[in-house]
Amino acid sequence: MSQKESLRGLTRRDLLKRASAAGASFVVGTGFLAAPDAAWAYEATHLDAETFATLVQMARDIYPHDQVADEYYVIAVKGYDSADAAAGITAGIAALNAAAQGKGFDSYLATGWERDRVDILRGMEDSAFFQQIRGGLVTGLYNQKAVWPIFGYEGESFSQGGYIDRGFNDINWL
Amino acid sequence: MTAPFDLNDDSVVVVIGTGAGGGVVASELARKGISVVALEAGARHLPEDFINDEWESFGQLAWLDPRTTSGDWRVAKDFSGLPAWIVKSVGGTTQHWAGASLRFQEHEWKAATTYGPVQGANLLDWPIDAAEMDPWYTLAEDKLNVTRTGNRPGLPGNNNYLVFEKGAKALGYKEVSTGRMAITSRNDDNARLMCQQTGFCFQGCKWGAKWSAGYHEIPEGEATGNLEVRPQSHVARILHNEAGKVTGVEYYDANGTLQMQKARIVCVAGNSFESPRLLMNSASSMFPDGLANSSGQVGRNYMRHMTGSVYGVFDKPVKMWRGTTMAGIIQDEARHDPSRGFVGGYELETLSLGLPFMAAFLDPGGWGREFTSALDHYENMAGMWIVGEDMPQETNRVTLNHDVKDKYGLPVANVHFDDHPNDIAMRNHAYKQGQAIYEAVGATRTFPTPPYPSTHNLGTNRMSENARDGVVNKWGQTHDIANLFISDGSQFTTGAAENPTLTIVALAIRQADHIAREMSAQNL
Ligand SMILES: Cc1cc2nc3c(=O)[nH]c(=O)nc-3n(C[C@H](O)[C@H](O)[C@H](O)COP(=O)(O)OP(=O)(O)OC[C@H]3O[C@@H](n4cnc5c(N)ncnc54)[C@H](O)[C@@H]3O)c2cc1C
Ligand code: SF4
Repeated sequence: MSQKESLRGLTRRDLLKRASAAGASFVVGTGFLAAPDAAWAYEATHLDAETFATLVQMARDIYPHDQVADEYYVIAVKGYDSADAAAGITAGIAALNAAAQGKGFDSYLATGWERDRVDILRGMEDSAFFQQIRGGLVTGLYNQKAVWPIFGYEGESFSQGGYIDRGFNDINWL
Repeated sequence: MTAPFDLNDDSVVVVIGTGAGGGVVASELARKGISVVALEAGARHLPEDFINDEWESFGQLAWLDPRTTSGDWRVAKDFSGLPAWIVKSVGGTTQHWAGASLRFQEHEWKAATTYGPVQGANLLDWPIDAAEMDPWYTLAEDKLNVTRTGNRPGLPGNNNYLVFEKGAKALGYKEVSTGRMAITSRNDDNARLMCQQTGFCFQGCKWGAKWSAGYHEIPEGEATGNLEVRPQSHVARILHNEAGKVTGVEYYDANGTLQMQKARIVCVAGNSFESPRLLMNSASSMFPDGLANSSGQVGRNYMRHMTGSVYGVFDKPVKMWRGTTMAGIIQDEARHDPSRGFVGGYELETLSLGLPFMAAFLDPGGWGREFTSALDHYENMAGMWIVGEDMPQETNRVTLNHDVKDKYGLPVANVHFDDHPNDIAMRNHAYKQGQAIYEAVGATRTFPTPPYPSTHNLGTNRMSENARDGVVNKWGQTHDIANLFISDGSQFTTGAAENPTLTIVALAIRQADHIAREMSAQNL
């Protein structure tokens, strides 16, 4: 039984409650994806919600940063939830699930260990689908201004007068 | 202020491209009272327009018209449609550049003689030397406000430099400093504002502290009343008469309309891809292989410098992005010392990328925790760039790709490049030294990072004593056509270890002087 089926028929609120209890990293509902604590939610319009959730997991497995919350990965891939991209993504995720099943798992999302998911990804590393997702993430994830502070990067500095009086040479451990 | 010249005015000098070479030759000619029309494919972008954001700035300034690649260089795999990171804007790539401004070493003008025969390399001595270039270098350094020349002080070292310097000294390197930079280091030089250490030198300096042809040289030329710059004007073809002299150029204006500007002299300065492409796209029944190509050398001997980067991760913060992007250099390895296993030498220079570019360039194509655990420590990273002499090879070349056309229907440039064994040996040596420098300061992990899309593009219309060996003579004048000049980095006979722009500028000042003299002597 797929995760999606098990959730069908529940209200969004029930779902969120249930997910927090289970400690899931995100919740897939009919047509939407949400954080267990309801801090954010994204309603997929062109992609099936489980497909979208799998895509988000795939994005995290490609560029895993434990200190970066799911919402940033959702933002990084939500461009694929469009009329133009949906068919290609759906086919790509289906291939990913087939690869997972080939290794004895129910689906990619149901593969518990990152190590096993990375194995599945390695097997399709040269595919156009994998490269499309990986390539898109380079800007989709790392070019989000909201992500920069998590890495310590300070971004724009002209409006603050540069660093001439703000620590361009403040290193103190050398 | 801007001098409007008529399309039928055949007394003007037409300059194609307004970067380091074209921007300087155009303004220098204008200062001497000569009428100049400069045609520039890009738009005008001034300091107030620049953006402190890597990708947004890239979208604003970079040359994104199609190009293709081939060869065994990793760029052809990682960035197949983007062989170079160069600019399309009034001011050309000097909008993006970091400002490192070094003279060639004396022996580098004579690479063939100094290095002797190197298998597979098409080495040649320049027809000029260090003594000839000395006064032109001085003029160029004064124009660019180069630090540590002409009594100008050096820049202060930023965090990235302080790590680099400490490691360099631990390894016993002696020639370590914040370098010679075309960045104003005190407030009274040429009324330019001094560097505010904002750290976005590659995105165009919003303070105007870094020299650029776009906001220093060109406006000064325009102020003479003798220079008209036409932005968003893409030159498609250079025209000639039956006597084999060039007579003007065809270009697409900002509206995409084809125009024809007559000319007495044409100076080509479109960078080392576009300049040979233009000569080849101008082929005619008289010149079936393209203009100025009787030697068959147009497009050949493409050089991009042996490059690479080394990043180090430490257990404490560095914040390398704060302050000037490239003000730091180790010159001890720039010497020619074949006992290291290669000819020529290399410089090590500090380099910082912001998080967005680091993600794209640290290990192109890399993914998984090996990759992301490096970025997790972005704040604790220091970085350096390697730049060394690469070997000219006849088969490394720019050709026309007739299968791919730009928006005007013109065949695009294909850039073919294979590393020479000397380049590989030098890169491996530099990686080892760079990693040792950071390890000496306690780096917990280091990364020998592959070359980025080329920023230094040289040699595709090279300078030679004899017409059979190259495209231009010692003045940058084509061997075949007296009133056709090459004014950009494509003139380079060999690349030397140093960043090229100071030499491009010095050659352009010298060329303008020569053209003015020849014009008044009625030789041109
Ligand atoms: C990120 C970066 C950092 C760099 N840092 C340094 C450094 O620290 N030190 C250093 O010495 N060098 C540096 N460089 C290299 C330096 O910028 C170039 O070597 C130099 O600008 C090349 O000068 P050029 O005249 O050959 O070409 P460009 O400066 O590239 O100018 C060519 C111009 O011609 C125009 N053009 C092309 N084709 C046509 C056409 N058909 N019609 C009309 N116009 C056309 C282009 O739009 C462009 O504006 C750096 C480059 C980059 C990208
Ligand atoms: S660091 Fe200095 S030179 Fe570089 S962009 Fe900022 S002010 Fe200009």
